[in-house]
Amino acid sequence: MISESMKTRFDHEVAKFPSNQKQSAVMACLAIVQQELGWVSSESEKVVAEHLNMAPMAVHEVTTFYNMYNQKPVGKFKLNVCTNLPCQLRGGAKALAHLEEKLGIKAGETTADGLITLQPSECQGACADAPVLLVNDRTMCSFMSNDKLDQLIDGLKKAGSTQ
Amino acid sequence: MNVEQLLAQFQATGQESSFHNRHINPQIMAGLDGSNWGLKAYEARGGYQALRKILGKDGGEGLTQDQVIATVKESGLRGRGGAGFPTGLKWSFMPRQFPGQKYLVCNSDEGEPGTCKDRDIMQFNPHSVIEGMAIAAYAMGINVGYNYIHGEIFQTYERFEAALEEARAAGFLGDNILGSSFSFQLHASHGFGAYICGEETALLESLEGKKGQPRFKPPFPASFGLYGKPTTINNTETFAAVPWIIRNGGAEYLACGKPNNGGTKIFSVSGDVERPGNYEVPMGTPFAALLELAGGVRAGRQLKAVIPGGSSAPVLPAAIMMDTTMDYDSIAKSGSMLGSGAVIVMDDSRCMVKSLQRLSYFYSHESCGQCTPCREGTGWLWRMVDRIENGHGRASDMDLLDSVAGNIMGRTICALGDAAAMPVKGMLKHFRHEFEYHVEHKTCMVGAYV
Repeated sequence: MISESMKTRFDHEVAKFPSNQKQSAVMACLAIVQQELGWVSSESEKVVAEHLNMAPMAVHEVTTFYNMYNQKPVGKFKLNVCTNLPCQLRGGAKALAHLEEKLGIKAGETTADGLITLQPSECQGACADAPVLLVNDRTMCSFMSNDKLDQLIDGLKKAGSTQ
Repeated sequence: MNVEQLLAQFQATGQESSFHNRHINPQIMAGLDGSNWGLKAYEARGGYQALRKILGKDGGEGLTQDQVIATVKESGLRGRGGAGFPTGLKWSFMPRQFPGQKYLVCNSDEGEPGTCKDRDIMQFNPHSVIEGMAIAAYAMGINVGYNYIHGEIFQTYERFEAALEEARAAGFLGDNILGSSFSFQLHASHGFGAYICGEETALLESLEGKKGQPRFKPPFPASFGLYGKPTTINNTETFAAVPWIIRNGGAEYLACGKPNNGGTKIFSVSGDVERPGNYEVPMGTPFAALLELAGGVRAGRQLKAVIPGGSSAPVLPAAIMMDTTMDYDSIAKSGSMLGSGAVIVMDDSRCMVKSLQRLSYFYSHESCGQCTPCREGTGWLWRMVDRIENGHGRASDMDLLDSVAGNIMGRTICALGDAAAMPVKGMLKHFRHEFEYHVEHKTCMVGAYV
């Protein structure tokens, strides 16, 4: 369900653009939807489309074009590990492999308890801080050695069980 | 400990990447410590003096639009996003007398692998970008602007929004700035994971709320840009350089670098160095000096190769790099390009086939699918490099790679096709023997890839 408070956040984004260009806010609105609901369903796309005077298909084109929109439900925490070349040179791919082993899942999968989704990603623009990963699209974690990765996963598991 | 506290432990502070005191004559990075990003601290560093100066609010007479553009032309400032186009010249293309709406756009969609400078500029010195944009808007008679920020750096987007609020509250943005007749509204917008949106017309499409597929040029954004209106687009670092130029003069900025390559440049050094990070140095600094600032090659190994300008730039072997200075003209002469200033360093343990395999996958993944040579060709390139890496290569593959790359170049709407082809061409030019070894022996010439 798209709540009224989400629509208030939509309007904050819409206000940045000319009144006849509401569509410009679609990227931000979909990101808000994803933050609140975890993914972008076709029902959510319809609400966004109506809010912005767009065809639902035009919204769907945006959801499917950009890598970060979740087109299906993901775990409570989505981890995107950068594996592009500059990160690969500093352990990015190894970090992903370490997480696969620790979580017992392959990249692209979600843990059975629905807590963590693990994905590789392209360049996050933080190459000097490698290995880097992004938690739920909004929080970047840097210099992720195996020890820190363990600390992160253990912490997320703990948080997941208490909340 | 809640999730926020947990994640806070892993946040980059900028200490390693930018506050290492290993810059040379820094301008944008000067005096930054991570905590002094706010308006008051920026003003204490001389911030917003340039805006006051052009508006005549510093006791002087102010600068005309022509004077601002002439100063930027004189400075030799060239676009810091990758193309290196002279900024003052670009500004002069804007039809200032156009009666309708015009737009100013900052390209902060920093996704070129190896590059992480714009993030630190916006995170730790956001007002330099705001002031630079306000000056540009004044010079071109523009009153609305957008900063399109890479979706993966959401915290930086939020930081920039906070800085915008400060600037509005203090009267540096909005209506009648500092009591003058100049008004400028500036907003932040964000991407959500599409490398292609760093291409300026794809960025405009994205800003209009569409798929980020590049437009045919011409018409160029200066005549048909955002919402079909005249638009000027510059990179974050380009805007951030402008206040210094206005405060100190174009000639002074030019003198910081070398002829045709004015000022300082922030290089993002990544890969096999002891201290990866952002290093602001004068244009024309020898690569060897930059490498030393970054602590030299990691673990005392030998330098093998460098991609000097982001992943789209052709790779150069160590011997050529060590004779190259870091500026547009010198790197071009060496057979590559300065690009976004992302310096990816590789030591002698690195396999060039595996390196290219990862880069080719990236371009195949990020092709927007609009042009056939790029959509299909990038997939072919990746699959061929992938099979060579995995021991299934054929003796004819190197020529085929070269041919496919050649057939992508110059045959696409935007530069992504060329960006995918150039790394292939560069690798084959300088490291063809490694590819041949892979094909023949079905294994890597170098061995361990750590």
